[in-house]
Amino acid sequence: MSGAHAVSALGAVRGVGAAAMVAQVVVVIGGAPLLTGLMRQVRARMEGRAGAGIAQPWRDVRKLMRKEPITPVRTGPAFRAAPLLLVVTAGVIAALVPLVSTATPVSGSADLILVVAVLALGTVSLALAGLDTGTAFGGMGASREMTVIALVEPTILLSVFALSIPAGSTNLPAIVAGAEHHPGRLASPAGALAAVALAVVVLAETGRLPVDNPATHLELTMVHEAMVLEYSGPDLALVELGSQMRLTVLLGLLASLFAPWGIATGASVGAACLGLLLLAVKVAVLGVLLAAAEVFWAKLRLFRVPELLAGSFLLALLAVTASYFLTGEGSR
Amino acid sequence: MNAVGPALALAAALAGAGSVAGLVTPPRWRAAAVGACTTGVGAAGLAAGVAALGGTRWSAALPGLLPLAGVQLAVDALSGLFMAVAGGVIAAVGVYGIGYARPTGHGGHLVAGAAGPAHGVLSRGAQAVLPLFAVTLLLVPAASSVSTFLLLWELMALTSLLLVCAEHRERASVREAGTWYAVMTHLGLVLLLAGLALYAARAGGETFAALRAGAGAMSPAARGTVFVLTATAFASKAGMVPLHAWLPRAHPEAPSHVSALMSAAMVNLGAYGIIRVGFDLLGGGPRWWWLLVLAAGALSAVYGILQAAMASDLKRLLAYSTSENLGLVLVGVGAAGLFAAAGNQALAALALTAAMLHVINHSAFKALLFCAAGSVLRATGLRDLDALGGLRARMPATAGLFAVGALGAVALPPGNGFVSEWLLLQSLIHGLAVPGTLAAVVLPVAVAAIALSAGLAAAVFVKALGVGFFALPRSPRAAGAVEAPPAMLAGMGLLAACCVALALVPGTLADGLTHATAAAGLRGSGTALTENGLQVRLARIPALLSPLWVAVALAAGVLAVSALTGVVARRRRRRQARLWDCGGGAPTARMAYTATSFAEPLQRVFDDVLAPEQDVDVTPVRESAYLVERVRFQRRIPDRIEHRVYRPVLDALTGVGTLARRLATGSVHRYLGYGFFGLVTLLVALAMAQ
Repeated sequence: MSGAHAVSALGAVRGVGAAAMVAQVVVVIGGAPLLTGLMRQVRARMEGRAGAGIAQPWRDVRKLMRKEPITPVRTGPAFRAAPLLLVVTAGVIAALVPLVSTATPVSGSADLILVVAVLALGTVSLALAGLDTGTAFGGMGASREMTVIALVEPTILLSVFALSIPAGSTNLPAIVAGAEHHPGRLASPAGALAAVALAVVVLAETGRLPVDNPATHLELTMVHEAMVLEYSGPDLALVELGSQMRLTVLLGLLASLFAPWGIATGASVGAACLGLLLLAVKVAVLGVLLAAAEVFWAKLRLFRVPELLAGSFLLALLAVTASYFLTGEGSR
Repeated sequence: MNAVGPALALAAALAGAGSVAGLVTPPRWRAAAVGACTTGVGAAGLAAGVAALGGTRWSAALPGLLPLAGVQLAVDALSGLFMAVAGGVIAAVGVYGIGYARPTGHGGHLVAGAAGPAHGVLSRGAQAVLPLFAVTLLLVPAASSVSTFLLLWELMALTSLLLVCAEHRERASVREAGTWYAVMTHLGLVLLLAGLALYAARAGGETFAALRAGAGAMSPAARGTVFVLTATAFASKAGMVPLHAWLPRAHPEAPSHVSALMSAAMVNLGAYGIIRVGFDLLGGGPRWWWLLVLAAGALSAVYGILQAAMASDLKRLLAYSTSENLGLVLVGVGAAGLFAAAGNQALAALALTAAMLHVINHSAFKALLFCAAGSVLRATGLRDLDALGGLRARMPATAGLFAVGALGAVALPPGNGFVSEWLLLQSLIHGLAVPGTLAAVVLPVAVAAIALSAGLAAAVFVKALGVGFFALPRSPRAAGAVEAPPAMLAGMGLLAACCVALALVPGTLADGLTHATAAAGLRGSGTALTENGLQVRLARIPALLSPLWVAVALAAGVLAVSALTGVVARRRRRRQARLWDCGGGAPTARMAYTATSFAEPLQRVFDDVLAPEQDVDVTPVRESAYLVERVRFQRRIPDRIEHRVYRPVLDALTGVGTLARRLATGSVHRYLGYGFFGLVTLLVALAMAQ
């Protein structure tokens, strides 16, 4: 009898975990356009405009989806696959990162380095699509995006390094659960430094101010928009949705790493629901803060961006050193 | 039943047969005969290597084969790993070579071997040497005495030198590359000879068994000298900065299948040498040895990929990327040494496993990339990315195969390079468990170097694939490209299949890698990876990677999203339309980004490191200084290390040579005077010595 109970209990754990994972993906897909709408609305209000409403990005997606799909001549599979890959990589990350629960079926494989690499895969596929069009704008966007990505990579991995020292693993659920049980890790200088470094990285990876201006079109300063100029209709809808999902999931990752409170660590349905609710609140707060900050920021010149990234690299390096000398050496 | 010996004997016999076939068969059948024999050599080598990786040991002494010392061969799992990698590459490249050496359909025609001039790759000499080069690649890791090792090492260098020079009649740059390669490889041989001779003298024997036994009794200074001398020679073979100068010259100028062999099999032996001498024979060493190795690896990784980012020659780009990847391998080897020196055998085994897995992965994707570059070169006669483009439409299979290789090279999932870089990062991140401040300073910097090289590698291969194969052709020759012949595609297909298998089920190699690390002398360390075909699970560290599931999730996601989009978009048919280009209409090829323009932002960011040379030359109209007639703009990004280190040495040597010419005036009296003074000086020196 007890064996049967154990099996059914295990089944329940798996069921709740799987449900939490599906909920993460669904919430990210459904909430991403709303987050963008919220950020645009905040920005509009602060600039004294009425704004189009929070649901406008969803209305845009609906409109674009109904349009005729168009393939520009002389473009190939790279151009066709990039919007799909952008959405799918963001979706896979949404499934891997413990946004709602650390006890999902994939929690064993949810490695932070893997998450970073899958994120880069989406960027690379979009850059290839930009080159595939053969237009000057496409090439320009691809070239700039790859430059930024190359410089961002050291910061990311050093932050990963710093975060993994207290947990003794690069496994994300282990890091998040560890931080939840020992909140002191977050208040340490290493945690703060890593948080700032990763925040800069998120700005660069999602193409926000001051690295790139998501609202600009047809300027010589643009990066992300230059790569996707040739997309239209459903493809454009996927590209927009993919970028919004990336922003959501990266803000969610920041929230999970540095404000893990409320993330379910067990198999209780109530905890998972609370985690879902808190996720929405945390990401919305981060989004509003980012939108408010963006009103006061100007875009950096492209060749000043490396200075910003070098600064964040230094912070990440300090985070590793601080983490080693304060927690690693101290505990031994 | 020991399969290693017969397999190696078969490989040697096939190499001999292939060499003879290259000399005697008529040009029409030459490439096929030599290719078949080379493939056989590779397959035999692969079989021997796999058998050795399974734990089989084999040794043989052939005293009659060479005067004085004879030939000593021994194969353990470490040799087996490098033998299997070389064998796999040789087998695929042999198939590829059949198609590559055939004259192209358009333009080229068959030149009669006997009457006409030697014709590059298909010439008798080049075809006869290819199987010999292949078999030396297999036998170098099997050598088990100093004299045998040096002999095979030199044979490998000589045969590869002959192959590099195969096309010397077609291009003057081949001769320059050959000279650089010949000089540098022989300087390396001198160092190796000095190091191993010193070692053999101190250890009191020249077989590897005697060296191993005698290592413990040597003084630390002697051990250090031996390690530095041999490691420098091996690092030069592996293309480490600043001894890399031969690599970006010789690899592009060699015929492409030879480049593939050199880049995917020969440079590995540099890493093999360091592992064999450092870990196995000398039995590990103090921290400074391994710190040197790690620093050289990290420096080469960043410098190599930075130069690759600036290169617009496709094969030069791949050559610099080889320097980067071998740098990553040496970072792993150096970290393994550091951990072993600190007494943490488990972490050392993990780092060494990561390095060896990266050797395997790098060989698979780099051989594929060089072969694909070769098929582009064969179809267009071009290596310059700025003049290529539009090949995806004209050579779809080659473009697809290049994409598979590039995915491996950028170290992103689901490519094969990601798995080994992940392992390497894991070993470095967990290396902080090693006590001491040194680890806390060195390891974060090493992680940052790997991360920067991974980020730049993404830019490099986006450039290579996007500029070289996508968009519109930028020259008539690129526009006239046709797909490679079936033999070449088959060879590349084999390599691509290896890449895919390595990317999806790397866990199957766990056993072999464990045997190889144990053979390297990290005994008592147990396993670094636990055996599980579908996952990579570390034995002592809570880390797990399921590459197959990542690939399945990505593929399933793509299918689901495209199906869903189809439903939501009401299944309307796709329509072709003109490129919008901001209303500018269809752009011409001149408007597209080239490799140079793609790399420009990176070049600006790393301006201080790269030190580009820029030259703007404005010619005014004769009547007025204010009207410009012509502006000439020139920019070169020379290899800075080569510029700063090699150039002064070469200039000094030239100066000495010029000065020495003054001694020889042609006057017989003077020459007799020299003889007289020489004799007197010698006698005085002898008298003083007594």
